Amino acid sequence: MATITLNDLRKSYGTTEVLHGVQAEIADGEFVVIVGPSGCGKSTLLRMIAGLEKVSEGEIRIGDRIVNKLEPAQRDIAMVFQNYALYPHMSVRRNMAYGLKIRGLPKAEINRRVEEAADILEIGDYLDRKPRQLSGGQRQRVAMGRAIVRDPQVFLFDEPLSNLDAKLRVQMRLEIRKLQKRLGVTSIYVTHDQVEAMTLGDRLMVLNGGYAEQFGTPIELYERPQTVFVAGFIGSPAMNFLPATMAAGTITLENGTRLPGAAGEGALTLGLRPEHLVNDADGPIRLRVALSEQLGANTLVHGTLEGTDSALVVSLDGVRAVTEGDVLSLSIPQDAMHQFDPATGRRLN
Amino acid sequence: MLKRVHFPASILPYLLVAPQVIITLVFFIWPASQALWQSMLVQDAFGLSTQFVWFENFQALLADPLYLASFKRTAFFSVAVALLSMSYALVLAGFADRVVRGAMTYRTLLIWPYAVAPVLAGALWVFMFNPTLGILSYGLELVGYDWNHKVNGGQAMALVIMAAAWKQVAYNFLFYLAAMQSIPRSVVEAAAIDGAGPMKRFWTIIFPLISPTTFFLLVINAVYAFFDTFGIIHAITQGGPSNATTILVYKVFNDGFVGLDLGSSAAQSVILMVLVIAMTVVQFKFIERKVEY
Amino acid sequence: MVENRRILDLVTHLVLILGVALIALPIWITFVAASHDEVRMTQVPLPLLPGDQFFVNLKATLLGSGLSGTETAPVWQLMLNSLIMALSIAIGKIAISIISAFAIVYFRFPFRMGFFWMIFITLMLPVEVRIVPTFEVVSRLGMLNTYAGLSIPLIASATATFMFRQVFLTIPDEMLESARVDGAGPMRFFRDILLPLSRTNIAALFVIMFIYGWNQYLWPLLITTDSNMGTIVVSIKQMLEAAEQSPQWNIIMMTALLAMLPPILVVIFMQKLFVKGLTETDK
Repeated sequence: MATITLNDLRKSYGTTEVLHGVQAEIADGEFVVIVGPSGCGKSTLLRMIAGLEKVSEGEIRIGDRIVNKLEPAQRDIAMVFQNYALYPHMSVRRNMAYGLKIRGLPKAEINRRVEEAADILEIGDYLDRKPRQLSGGQRQRVAMGRAIVRDPQVFLFDEPLSNLDAKLRVQMRLEIRKLQKRLGVTSIYVTHDQVEAMTLGDRLMVLNGGYAEQFGTPIELYERPQTVFVAGFIGSPAMNFLPATMAAGTITLENGTRLPGAAGEGALTLGLRPEHLVNDADGPIRLRVALSEQLGANTLVHGTLEGTDSALVVSLDGVRAVTEGDVLSLSIPQDAMHQFDPATGRRLN
Repeated sequence: MLKRVHFPASILPYLLVAPQVIITLVFFIWPASQALWQSMLVQDAFGLSTQFVWFENFQALLADPLYLASFKRTAFFSVAVALLSMSYALVLAGFADRVVRGAMTYRTLLIWPYAVAPVLAGALWVFMFNPTLGILSYGLELVGYDWNHKVNGGQAMALVIMAAAWKQVAYNFLFYLAAMQSIPRSVVEAAAIDGAGPMKRFWTIIFPLISPTTFFLLVINAVYAFFDTFGIIHAITQGGPSNATTILVYKVFNDGFVGLDLGSSAAQSVILMVLVIAMTVVQFKFIERKVEY
Repeated sequence: MVENRRILDLVTHLVLILGVALIALPIWITFVAASHDEVRMTQVPLPLLPGDQFFVNLKATLLGSGLSGTETAPVWQLMLNSLIMALSIAIGKIAISIISAFAIVYFRFPFRMGFFWMIFITLMLPVEVRIVPTFEVVSRLGMLNTYAGLSIPLIASATATFMFRQVFLTIPDEMLESARVDGAGPMRFFRDILLPLSRTNIAALFVIMFIYGWNQYLWPLLITTDSNMGTIVVSIKQMLEAAEQSPQWNIIMMTALLAMLPPILVVIFMQKLFVKGLTETDK
């Protein structure tokens, strides 16, 4: 078990910098998820921690060791790869034992650990099969097993569930979470799926374009996103953004609608979550309906802010009958209005 | 070209490429540059003195009617071998492709000549056409045709072409059959629904679709006829009668080892190298490297 | 296809059988010639059906001193030489190609591309176009009439190196990353992961290169002057020359049969690997 410290971590390929100074302190036993769109640098960051990519600048600490210059095998980590990277010509047992064999562990000890991990993951029945004889979910378990037998200080997961179908993904997600709690091993998990990130992580790091936009608990990220990007990325359906101006405690939307706001002057991006908007006959925000999606438990109404082209989505409880061209009146509590600087994308309130 | 992740730099990669690189240097690059050097030298009749003469050997070659004739002969030989062997293979592959079960049996029965060494192919054919004993020459005599490739240059050429084409049928058949079998069935079925009969389907659908394979095989067959048929010629005709089957590769050997005209032989080698380089470039540049299999 | 035209089907098989028969004809005639005695093989017309002397000829050819009037070694000796040459060439080519492909794909080092191009160039220098100077090199190295001289100059291989490079490039990067996390060094990775994963490619290449090696003609013809170092493929030519004086076609054709048998067996019984090798090396 160990803490992990990332200190102003940078990565460049030639002259292009792809990671711009990532900073993080990860506690012992914590489960941290790095989430972001493809190409944001999340995999690179993970691979740097694993020792598969060189560190251009900055420092990685695992426990009290600076590991920048250490080979992956010397860092006391285990990694689960996106395509599992099981050795196709080795049985499940040999796959799991390979790393231990290289480390020169005695045979009895290797067997004990493999059996134990197989027990935990319930893969004891197919220890002697080859990877190609296993289903996707089983391969996933073997990949986890290979990580567990090493008994490492840190688990690294690189989008391990992205090759599974939707149902299996949910199931494996729960298992990974349980397993990590049971073993208490510090873990870093990379994904582009925000639902996976929210459900798995003790804390989330949202990465965008090589910058860590925000690092906090799932609820912090949901309730107080620090940037427009985080606000739009976390939560489903995504947050509405409306251009607005603010003067003397009042926010004015494009179509002249006025809402009470905090102090400040000038242009503003107003963020409203679809699930925080409520249908209210006296509500100031008017939505012209384009189409609705009936999901049973709730109804998603897509449309525009009346008199403008700005898209607006609202999620209403239960089944609602709305038709194209209707106008809905909506209101929103003041503490659910997120205000961002349109120039920098930073949170204002 | 290169993996994203590498092993750390060390002396190891040099040790790993060393055997191949040393052999390449000693047995390929050094001799090739020697050939280049020798191609610009002239040795006197007794091998006592040599003189550097720039491109005189090349000039002499290109002015030599014997060499030019050999050049033309080689071109004719290659084209004839390619056409004969490819059309034979194409017809058989076309029919084999129609066979629902047993196509693979025919394949097995057709591919083994690939494994026969060129010189053995030559021996087999020269035995069948032996002017005094050969079974086929005997048969020809019965129908009133006099066969003697030892004196008749045209017949000699025909014989080496047949032997060379015979050996190459296997390779062409294999690639043609594979190309045809990789055509989606639905395309052929659509043509059948459109009313095209088997012959029409073959010429309007299948043949155009396998044209990349045809082009690929043309180059391969040309290279084969140029460079891999030495054994056939050596066994059947030794280039004769009166040079009627002396193709370029045979001439290099003959002038170098039998005639001991090193300068000219080296110059011929250099010209052949240029030809190989040209063919390799064609092969790599203009042909889809991965002919569908 | 549903199309059921019995006549067309009949024609199809007829054409194919004729085509196969024509291709097989030379071998049939060889086989027939190898099964008659010497006297019968000088009488016109030659037989079209096999005789009963096959095993007599086989014994005389394999164990006898070859053809009377030639100076070739006994055929079993020639076959052994051919086998040693073919195996050395096949194994040598595979060994040096797979390690150089490994270096080129999995290491970054100065002159890497230079080495790559140097190997590539060998593709453009077939032995036929550089015979005289290569002969001189080999003779100066004292390698005439040796197994080393027969095989080593032929074992550099651009095609094999390219094929292994191609194979390695299709092995997912994660395989290497995973092995590194497991603590495997380069040679361990090569032995435990790459070699087993390239197994079928190695076998396919072996089939092709064995045939290539066994069938070598010009090169052994030049560098073996000692009849005890001759190969069976080369000896055929010497026998054909001798046949002008004393035609012993039964022995010659039996020798030819023996000379082509090993590669033909390899092609027929390892057809899958052979086809794979042929298509992957593109010659």
